[in-house]
Amino acid sequence: MNLWLTLAVNSIALGGLLFLLSAGFSLIFGLMRIPNLMHGSFFMLGAYFGVTFLDRGMNFWLAAIASGFAMALIGAMVERFFLKRLSGQELPQVLLTLGFSFIIADLCLLIWTGDPWQPTTPAHLRGAVQAAGMFFPIYRLVIVGVAVVIAIALWLMVDWTRLGAMIRAGVDDAPIARMVGIKVSQLFTLIFALGAALAAFGGVMGAPYLSVYPGLDAEMLPLALIVVILGGTGSLLGALVGSFLIGFLYNFGQALFPDLAYVILFLPMVLVLVLRPQGLFGKVVP
Amino acid sequence: MTIERRTVLKGMLGTTALIAAPAVLRAQGAPFKIGLLTVKTGPLAQGGIQMEQGIAAFLKEKNGTLGGRKIELIVADTGGNPAGAKTKAQEVVERDNVNVILGPLAAFELLAITDYVREKQTPLISLAAAEDVTQRKANPFVIRPSATSAQTCHVMGDYAAKDMKYKRAATISEDFAFGYEQMAGFQRAFEDNGGKVVKKLWPPLVTPDYTPYIAQIGNVDCVFNGFAGSNPVKFMRAYADLGVKSKVPLLAGWTAMDDALLRSLGDEAVGVLSAAWYSADFESPSNKRFVAAMQKDYNVLPGGYSAGMYVAGQCVEAAIAKLGSKADDRKALADELHNVSLIDTPRGPVKFDKYGNVIGDVFIRKCERKDGKLVNTVIKRYPNVSQFWTYDETAFLAAPVYARDVPPAKNLE
Repeated sequence: MNLWLTLAVNSIALGGLLFLLSAGFSLIFGLMRIPNLMHGSFFMLGAYFGVTFLDRGMNFWLAAIASGFAMALIGAMVERFFLKRLSGQELPQVLLTLGFSFIIADLCLLIWTGDPWQPTTPAHLRGAVQAAGMFFPIYRLVIVGVAVVIAIALWLMVDWTRLGAMIRAGVDDAPIARMVGIKVSQLFTLIFALGAALAAFGGVMGAPYLSVYPGLDAEMLPLALIVVILGGTGSLLGALVGSFLIGFLYNFGQALFPDLAYVILFLPMVLVLVLRPQGLFGKVVP
Repeated sequence: MTIERRTVLKGMLGTTALIAAPAVLRAQGAPFKIGLLTVKTGPLAQGGIQMEQGIAAFLKEKNGTLGGRKIELIVADTGGNPAGAKTKAQEVVERDNVNVILGPLAAFELLAITDYVREKQTPLISLAAAEDVTQRKANPFVIRPSATSAQTCHVMGDYAAKDMKYKRAATISEDFAFGYEQMAGFQRAFEDNGGKVVKKLWPPLVTPDYTPYIAQIGNVDCVFNGFAGSNPVKFMRAYADLGVKSKVPLLAGWTAMDDALLRSLGDEAVGVLSAAWYSADFESPSNKRFVAAMQKDYNVLPGGYSAGMYVAGQCVEAAIAKLGSKADDRKALADELHNVSLIDTPRGPVKFDKYGNVIGDVFIRKCERKDGKLVNTVIKRYPNVSQFWTYDETAFLAAPVYARDVPPAKNLE
């Protein structure tokens, strides 16, 4: 009984973290049609920034936000100076982001060495909830809370602000959006920066239990891809539902079918690709 | 990414040592070349960089001269994959014409080049743990001064059953050969002394969150983990966070509690017992020098990867000293490396069995916090442990190599 309860709560916690990772990926892909292969690198680099700030004694939340801002700046620059020149050319964009992910990985190794970094959980979030003879770390529940807050904020932004309306217009039909006077190019930079910032913020939030080490980028990128393919590109609701679905699949799959541990996450993705290629909540793009 | 990295010791140590060397030595001609196959890029770089630091520290201590021969160290980055290991092995053997290869780091890299070094008759000293390299498929050109996968785990199984009086154990390790061999060794020694392994868990190498596995551990007296790389850091934090650590003591293999890993760990590691073939805490004269040098040069506490390379360097030194002018004969060097017997190394006395595997001490350590820092304190020392533990060598080799279900776990629940 305890086992199932622990797994259920942990599924939700992992889902929260996955949402932070994949929300930005989904927005970037939905709007710009760029499969951003450096998204895992944003997550890892953000986490490294975070642990460095924490090492200097910065407050945990401040470190997470500062890391997000730093990464937004880097993301904006990558978009402005590199991706922009390749607009509309998918293959070069894929290669560019892949190349950057290699460069970032080697730079991180150079700067932060190969040792894993694992910041201690912030003091006020330490400890565990004890219920029915089961321990569950408070910190992971906090991540869920943060993910929900960010999901609501993003939803408000996309559905209720002028900026959100422009984003939706850009997702639905970029040429028409341009024609009615929306500066889609600026929007691209903004969204790319936002996506990078969210990934970095997620990286710092995840650091106390995932730890940060070389190769984290390559572990997180497929998770973001799976979530977004499952949920549908460009859809925040899709990213949210996809994240929690993957959270549950991961936890229960690993426990119930340990021999299928390697494929358990990819099976639903294959099903969705066959039966509903646009994803659970994706729109059919003409 | 770097295609090739060469470190010529002349540059590294400054020229003073060479100028000071007697003219006779310089006249002796070509330097003795050591090719280091290591990993400096990608996820395995952590161990690879430590290996390079270990051998560099040793050569610096010896002023770049071993047994009267000037040493040239050639460092090659394999990238941590079998294809890269093969390419770099060919490069250092055929282009640089090295006398001996140190490395590579990972078992699958070693397996990719064992036939090649046999064919090219080039001695190789590796830390990679794959059992059969010094057992059923022993290679006369390969020696291993570290340990086989199970060498320290036999000891842990014995200690857990006899000294700790644990009856029921669960094991958890990555789902690959190094994990299988470690867990098999633990299980065999533990069950031979009255214990029962009731659960064996195998998370994939890449596992973002260990909670689903930890939740399955159930009712046991101890958990033995054999994680490697950065995985132990993640695993131990989750183990403590989920409240399991306060109820079920955690035991570890050497990679999971390596001294070099301690600075990445926090309170979750305190109290963990580990079996290792090296401990920074060990008080031998050479280990004190080595630990001091590593702290001075790199500001790190050395672990097994660095210490293993230091010991490898000592083996090369002993063989050169013995062979003298014949040290350039690679076959003679390989044979002599098997005969090396050292009293003072950072891991204690070292000698080799006829399969090229080390016979050396294994330490049981307990992780403690001293003056704010984590240390693995040696609590028991098992002298002269062989890869066959207390088992009969012939019977051991007649049985199949340790694997996921070999020997079979009969007590699973």
